[in-house]
Amino acid sequence: METIILFSPLVGAIIGGFGWRIITENGGQWVTTLLLGLACLLSWVIFLTFDPSAHPGGSYTVEIMRWVSSGSLDTSWAIRMDRLTAIMLIVITTVSALVHLYSFGYMAHDDQFREGEHYKARFFAYLSFFTFAMLMLVTADNLVQMFFGWEGVGLASYLLIGFYYRKPSANAAAIKAFVVNRVGDFGFALGIFALFFLTDSINFDVIFASAPEMAETNLTFLWREWNAAELVAFLLFIGAMGKSAQLFLHTWLPDAMEGPTPVSALIHAATMVTAGVFLVCRMSPIMEFAPNATAFITFLGASTAFFAATVGLVQNDIKRVIAYSTCSQLGYMFVAAGVGVYSAAMFHLFTHAFFKAMLFLGAGSVIHGMHHEQDMRNYGGLRHKLPYTFWAMMIGTLAITGVGIPLTHIGFAGFLSKDAIIESAWAGTMGGYAFWMLVIAALFTSFYSWRLIFLTFFGEARGDRHTHEHAHESPTVMLVPLGVLAVGAVLAGMVWYGPFFGEHERVNRFFGINAAHAEEVMAEDDHGAGVGEAVEELAEGDLEGADEAVTEPTGEGEDHGETAAASDSAEDHGEEAAHGPAQQPGDGAIFIGPDNHVMDDAHHAPTWVKVSPFVAMLIGFLVAFQMYIRRPDLPAKLAENQRPLYLFLLNKWYFDEIYDFLFVRPATRVGAFLWKRGDGGVIDGGINGLAMGVVPFVTRALNRAQSGYIFTYAFAMVIGIAILITWMTLFGGVE
Amino acid sequence: MTPAAFAFYCFAVAALGGGLMTVVSRNPVHSVLWLILTFLSSAGLFVLLGAEFLAMLLMIVYVGAVMVLFLFVVMMLDVDFAALKGEMAKYMPLALLIGIILLMQLALAFGVWEFDVGAVERAANPVEDVYNTQGLGLVLYDRYFLLFQLAGLILLVAMIGAIVLTLRHRSDVKRQNVLAQMYRDPAKAMELKDVKPGQGL
Amino acid sequence: MIGTDLQIILPEIVLSVFAMVALLGAVYTTKDKAAGLLVWGTAGIFVIVGLWIGTTGDETREAFAGSFVDDGFARFAKVLILFSAAAILLMSQEYLARRDLLRFEYPVLVTLAVVGMMVMVSAGDLIALYMGLELQSLALYVVASLRRDSVKSTEAGLKYFVLGALSSGLLLYGASLTYGYAGSTLFSDIVASSVDGVSLGLLFGLVFLCAGFAFKVSAAPFHMWTPDVYEGAPTPITAFFATAPKVAAMALFGRVMFDAFGVVVADWQQIVAFLSVVSMFLGSIAAIGQRNIKRLMAYSSITHMGFALMGLAAGTVLGVQAMLIYMAIYVVMNLGTFAFILSMEKDGMPVTDIDALQMYSAREPLKALAMLILLFSLAGVPPLVGFFGKLYVLRAAYDGGLAWLAVAGVVASVIGAFYYLRIVYFMYFGEEREPLDRNGSPVLWGVLMVSAAIMVFGVINLFGVEPLAAAAADTLVN
Repeated sequence: METIILFSPLVGAIIGGFGWRIITENGGQWVTTLLLGLACLLSWVIFLTFDPSAHPGGSYTVEIMRWVSSGSLDTSWAIRMDRLTAIMLIVITTVSALVHLYSFGYMAHDDQFREGEHYKARFFAYLSFFTFAMLMLVTADNLVQMFFGWEGVGLASYLLIGFYYRKPSANAAAIKAFVVNRVGDFGFALGIFALFFLTDSINFDVIFASAPEMAETNLTFLWREWNAAELVAFLLFIGAMGKSAQLFLHTWLPDAMEGPTPVSALIHAATMVTAGVFLVCRMSPIMEFAPNATAFITFLGASTAFFAATVGLVQNDIKRVIAYSTCSQLGYMFVAAGVGVYSAAMFHLFTHAFFKAMLFLGAGSVIHGMHHEQDMRNYGGLRHKLPYTFWAMMIGTLAITGVGIPLTHIGFAGFLSKDAIIESAWAGTMGGYAFWMLVIAALFTSFYSWRLIFLTFFGEARGDRHTHEHAHESPTVMLVPLGVLAVGAVLAGMVWYGPFFGEHERVNRFFGINAAHAEEVMAEDDHGAGVGEAVEELAEGDLEGADEAVTEPTGEGEDHGETAAASDSAEDHGEEAAHGPAQQPGDGAIFIGPDNHVMDDAHHAPTWVKVSPFVAMLIGFLVAFQMYIRRPDLPAKLAENQRPLYLFLLNKWYFDEIYDFLFVRPATRVGAFLWKRGDGGVIDGGINGLAMGVVPFVTRALNRAQSGYIFTYAFAMVIGIAILITWMTLFGGVE
Repeated sequence: MTPAAFAFYCFAVAALGGGLMTVVSRNPVHSVLWLILTFLSSAGLFVLLGAEFLAMLLMIVYVGAVMVLFLFVVMMLDVDFAALKGEMAKYMPLALLIGIILLMQLALAFGVWEFDVGAVERAANPVEDVYNTQGLGLVLYDRYFLLFQLAGLILLVAMIGAIVLTLRHRSDVKRQNVLAQMYRDPAKAMELKDVKPGQGL
Repeated sequence: MIGTDLQIILPEIVLSVFAMVALLGAVYTTKDKAAGLLVWGTAGIFVIVGLWIGTTGDETREAFAGSFVDDGFARFAKVLILFSAAAILLMSQEYLARRDLLRFEYPVLVTLAVVGMMVMVSAGDLIALYMGLELQSLALYVVASLRRDSVKSTEAGLKYFVLGALSSGLLLYGASLTYGYAGSTLFSDIVASSVDGVSLGLLFGLVFLCAGFAFKVSAAPFHMWTPDVYEGAPTPITAFFATAPKVAAMALFGRVMFDAFGVVVADWQQIVAFLSVVSMFLGSIAAIGQRNIKRLMAYSSITHMGFALMGLAAGTVLGVQAMLIYMAIYVVMNLGTFAFILSMEKDGMPVTDIDALQMYSAREPLKALAMLILLFSLAGVPPLVGFFGKLYVLRAAYDGGLAWLAVAGVVASVIGAFYYLRIVYFMYFGEEREPLDRNGSPVLWGVLMVSAAIMVFGVINLFGVEPLAAAAADTLVN
């Protein structure tokens, strides 16, 4: 079943991409979409039926074929199935299937292509190929396979951003995305090398098993000694930064909006950009041993969340607003991962995929209805013209801003997941920088989201009257995905709150973590080490955990044996299992270190912490309402008053300009120099000189020497003898 | 200096001198004659080594047959050696230089000549108290059987080659048919006619 | 004792007796009329003897007090020689017959030459070595001038003969120096004499011996005869020159170096590396100016011998293995290429100008494709077998501490790729010319296709040549 999920998009891509001439363009669209629908269906089956406790270590592996076997590098192409994979599977296939469907309508007519040009099947093939690469990434059971998927999605992203290849800005954006991602990939690749260097393997099982050892190893890198775990975690995070558009490597994401809107929804909102978060969660066993690196992740995530939210306040392009919003939300996820609550990060990833995809698709619907007009200043009053889209966007906005009933678990998807992260951030940083940044970002989020809604759907119709008159609701094929996603945006949070961020033990069960951790917590509590506020609640949870721990030891031992046999590290495992009951790195989908109680602390955060995001949301909403509904002249005035700040934000903190000055222009100059002088002058000139000057000269000389006279030939032989004899006299090994 | 040593040096110098003159003399006929001297000297060296049979063989086969053949060929061909030499003269300085370098280096090697200590044991044991011919026969069909047969094969190839490259069956030449001659029946070949005087046929 | 010795040289005896019987039989019966049949018969005998030798066990046997060695190395070379000679005979039959050159002495001479080669690769003694070499050479001199009415052919034979005599002189001089310093002509004794220190005289002997071998493998600067003889000799004879004798001479080179001079590896390594690097560059560069495909193949074989010598220069088991693999691949490539050249005809006359191949692909796409594969393989373009041959020798040279030689080899092969690719260019992108005949000799077509197919499918496991070569190399070096 896993194999079918993995390969059906690839089959679709191949058939759609190469075979559409045979099955017609329409056929290609249908084949890819249906195959993805199949993958989606199977993914849900797996997600709902997957039981981590049925498998040793909470995961199992489906080997497809042997892949690389060279020296000590021995790798299979295999699917690693655990909770993380299962979550990603449904996210990817669901959004992808819906986007495929949506694209039927959205891509039906495109001004970018001339009459009679075939582009639809190609577009669908790219989408399917992207899905395949993304599935490769998340199902990988080793780093190289993951890297393959990582680069595959990069390629697909490049192809799709530059899909409108007649548009210079689209091409530039595609190149920018590709190049900026290379920077991150370089870090990722270095991380893989470092891991292979340290553990002599690239398989997750082996790497995770040796994580504790790594934490005590030092590694020399760039003329300095580093803690191996810290270094590896940091390098891997650089890769994640690139893919997930975190601060300093974020510049490509807004530009990537040049691609068709379904692409933005699929790749640049729901799936590919979350690969970085997935990577950090997947690597949780290493992250847990790298406190400094995770602190850095938290810091950078929080900064990104704040930065992107500020920029989002003033953008006018509807897609760019959502893009910065994505960037900001990714920052949230990294904060959660950074403080060690990986389940919350995954939770937000999961819910975010629904509502952000929906926002994008809704925006796409608006753009489609408005004849590819993207500037919000030219919208207004579309509520009546696009009623379904309006309601969909409304639900999306309610979800992203986090509307719900405070102190309960009832609310839109974003309410639950975002609050979980903010509480975790409070617990993880003791109410420090990250927490406040996220709260402020929540306020901004609320503001720009509502601003988007108000500018688009309320008020007077602005801009080209002609366009407004012809504005029309999108076809059903585009509305259906919106509806499905809306259901997700409303319910996903409430339904899955428990498994992702509920009772500790429930989370453990969901992610296939054994009960040992809970037992440890209890032991600590018994010693009176860290008694929290709600002792009773905790003790209750722990009693259950302890029960399980008591009943399980024999089974657990067996499990350990099996895992060990499977992961070729029998002794390591055996020893460590004997040492203590703590969770072994590599057991379960995510690893939570024995000293990591952030999630428990987050559950017991004070009320004001739990309420703060809601309050922030409310303030944001009210300000937006004030500025765009009641006093529409206010924004312009504010921009006039605070001109430097406005320009600073409008120009995205001048990141692009600084990069242009610091990197792009010097690189262009160096490139031009190497191209014209180095390549053209020295290398081409040298080779040409050699190939057209020296070699023919020698050829002529040799052909003249071939005179046809025997004595010339004999003479050559004698000269040869003389050379060899002289050589022997001078350098021979005579004693 | 024993008489044997004296004889050795005489023959050796004669052989070397003959060889040198073979190469440098202008007239090819002279070259052949110098070569004959070289062979004769070598035969003398063989005699000094006690290999009388080989010495005689050298005299009879090389001097008596091969060299005479050479002489005939040289005389028949009438090659203009002077013209060839003119062409070669262009390269003479370089050739001399290389020749001198080679010679000096060889001298260097011979200067440190050292007979290998184990060489005496490794050399084929001289067969004692046996005549040359008998001794040759003993090794030729035993230890050196392969080499002997290979030499035969080489000669066979030489013969085949000579025939292949030179034998021509010409159709425009009347050839003798031996069998036809032998099986000729006089009765059939000749008819006796009794011709009457004054009548004619 | 002689009985067991004869047992060991039985294959050689069989071939010699066959040659003599064939000679006598043909002389006294049909003369040239049955020559075609004789060619096929000889090829058949070669194949049978090759299979017989190939299936002999793997022990090392010595005959005639060590002057004849029958070991794995010799058997590998012999099988290669016999099979390639058989293929050449088959390829040449039709070509020679149509030009009235098919004489019954031709297969007999080839047989005797093959006997000489077999003795060469089995030689354990300087005299046996020389005997084998001369037997081979003399037969080759004769077949080179087989077309005795053609000035070029006779000139080729004569040049080959005179220069061959000079090289034999050098070789004999080296042999006598070696004998003088080591006191024996047996390889095992020569090795024994140089165990504790080597004298300059012995090294000079080594140099002269190497010069003689270099002439036979046509390694620069002893290569000068090659283009002229290749061009002048009838094409099937050229094909023969390019294959079996090269294998024999290369194997002999290896045998003498390891068996007789195994303790002075560092010294002959320098000589062989010198020959190798000069050959590679000279062959690659000089070939660029050639328009005649036979001369081109001459330079090509000079280059290839340079590469094979690179393997030998490594002086290791891996090096010898690489050399044997290289030679096997080289022979197959050359068989195919010459099969193609043999089929190049215009109005029934052989054509050797590469310009005649312009736009060949348009008329005979399949043959052009096969030739393209072979040329790419000769040039060492990656997925083809020729690339792996080069890879082996380069790796051997690198492992043997001759990294500079490996680098030089790479550079030379890049230069050399030019002239192979030019033929490809002519065949596929040239301008339309007067077309060549659509010659349909099935044997030539078959050889061409089979060797091209080997170049493609051989990459899977080189048809198992690798372990065989490894075993053969093992018997030589130890």
